[in-house]
Amino acid sequence: MRRGASSFNIISVVLGLAFLYLPITILVIYSFNASRLVTIWGGWSLAWYRELLHDDAVLQAAWISLRVAVLSASAATILGTFAAVALTRMGRFRGRLLFSGMVYAPLVIPEVITGLSLLLLFVALNMDRGFWTIVIAHTTLTMCFVAVIVQSRLISFDRSLEEAAMDLGCPPVKTFLTITLRLIAPAIAAGWMLAFSLSLDDLVIASFTTGPGATTLPIRIYSEVRMGVKPEINAVCTVMIAIVAVGTVAASLIAKSGTTKREHAALGAQV
Amino acid sequence: MSTQANRRNWGARLVVLLPYLWLVIFFLVPFVIVLKISLSQTALALPPYVPVFDLAAGWAGLMEFTTQLSVDSFRLLSSDAIYLFSYFKSLQIAAISTILLLAIGYPIAYGMARAPRAWQPLLVMAVVLPFWTSFLIRIYAWINILQRDGLLNDVLMRLHVIDTPAAWLSSDTAIYIGVVYSYLPFMVLPLYAALERMDESLLEAAADLGCPRWKTFWLVTLPLSLPGVAAGALLCFIPIVGEFVIPDLLGGSETMMIGQTLWTEFFSNRDWPVASAIAVSLLVLLLLPILFYERFQQRALEGGQ
Repeated sequence: MRRGASSFNIISVVLGLAFLYLPITILVIYSFNASRLVTIWGGWSLAWYRELLHDDAVLQAAWISLRVAVLSASAATILGTFAAVALTRMGRFRGRLLFSGMVYAPLVIPEVITGLSLLLLFVALNMDRGFWTIVIAHTTLTMCFVAVIVQSRLISFDRSLEEAAMDLGCPPVKTFLTITLRLIAPAIAAGWMLAFSLSLDDLVIASFTTGPGATTLPIRIYSEVRMGVKPEINAVCTVMIAIVAVGTVAASLIAKSGTTKREHAALGAQV
Repeated sequence: MSTQANRRNWGARLVVLLPYLWLVIFFLVPFVIVLKISLSQTALALPPYVPVFDLAAGWAGLMEFTTQLSVDSFRLLSSDAIYLFSYFKSLQIAAISTILLLAIGYPIAYGMARAPRAWQPLLVMAVVLPFWTSFLIRIYAWINILQRDGLLNDVLMRLHVIDTPAAWLSSDTAIYIGVVYSYLPFMVLPLYAALERMDESLLEAAADLGCPRWKTFWLVTLPLSLPGVAAGALLCFIPIVGEFVIPDLLGGSETMMIGQTLWTEFFSNRDWPVASAIAVSLLVLLLLPILFYERFQQRALEGGQ
């Protein structure tokens, strides 16, 4: 691509970024508004955050969401990494086409379908719905995202290191553990982060697969939002944005050494 | 040596089998169940449909089970205008949104690809970052802006563009704004990936030969970026058709997209067979785009070795 951006190029990028960031910025600013009304600025205040600290329902929902996200992201990272290794390092095995189909399909299939089908499975299996069914549902969805990220890393790095180790008599399993795993570690970390934030974010699939006593934060926020805008919700959202922002910056600093541009694109294209 | 080979074999099998089994149990089997329930009938029972498949009844039970299957739910879907309208609405919103996303996303991706190379990772990061924040939060942020006593009306009235507050929320306009906002990064990144790896010398050659810039764009840049256009369009179109949160929070109550109809049938009407039939027909509708998407994904990941 020829370098040198025209003014049209600059304007479209600036406007695009403004469009992406303006609504979130407004939301954050208004979480500090002393007035209850959106149009009236009543001065800076932490009132809504104080109220939040006493809102047991929201705090409990946040705690459930956090536990679901950690558990499902960890399981999804293991399963997704295995799936990526299977797709890139195992050559042709029986049922490979079906396997790759099952890995890529959940990335685009509408959430209402995934949610409904998982719920019907849990009903058919007579499982008590609640915390664990959400964990299983989120693991199933997010392992596919992890698989794609790890797969793009496995494909892009130099295989000569692996081959050299094996030529020198290193057994394949040891080669994988000492060399391959270390090289794909940044992608695995990025996959875990993505799985974690997808789980924390999910409303539709959690609504289908939840049961009594397992209200996640998005389910809670959704039921409040349907009643209209409330400053407390602005405060909850700002806290979540802050956590995500800190997490993303930290993760990108960690992963800076190892990520490739292709991974960025793959990661971005899949979110 | 042979024990080592065995161990490797065992380990390799585990690596394939574990995710494979998980996906068969929690992804494939559920779809078979959805298909089965879509052929059942509603009943005041728990679970709320008949027939219930009973493995213990053996072969005779299976025969009886198949005779009880019905296509009533599908017949209802194809005859009732509510469902047909809902499908049409979803396809319309997804198609128009995809075109809007292309129109807005292309200049952004193009500008990113022409930015100084050192800036590019930063710009990619800036585009990706908003969708690490919650989807729900991003939609909610727009309610703050679009509601009757919201910021947009406030600004427009102060600028004397309008005199009375306009109803932005609960309209198709609000749905389009929400969809374009939420899916913009999905469109920009594949476009950027395609534009960024384009061969500079082609453009220089065109310029040297006296081709005007707009013509170079039309004859060189655009055709070369078509894989990115296709990837971005599929990545947006497919999930938008089944979108639930955006139309539910931003759209009006008089028109429903198919994802909302499924949700209502399931949660409000407790009609599991009809909800399943909607899911099956939605999947059939999206099957072709999904297969196309999978081929792209496979080629992008496995072809570029």
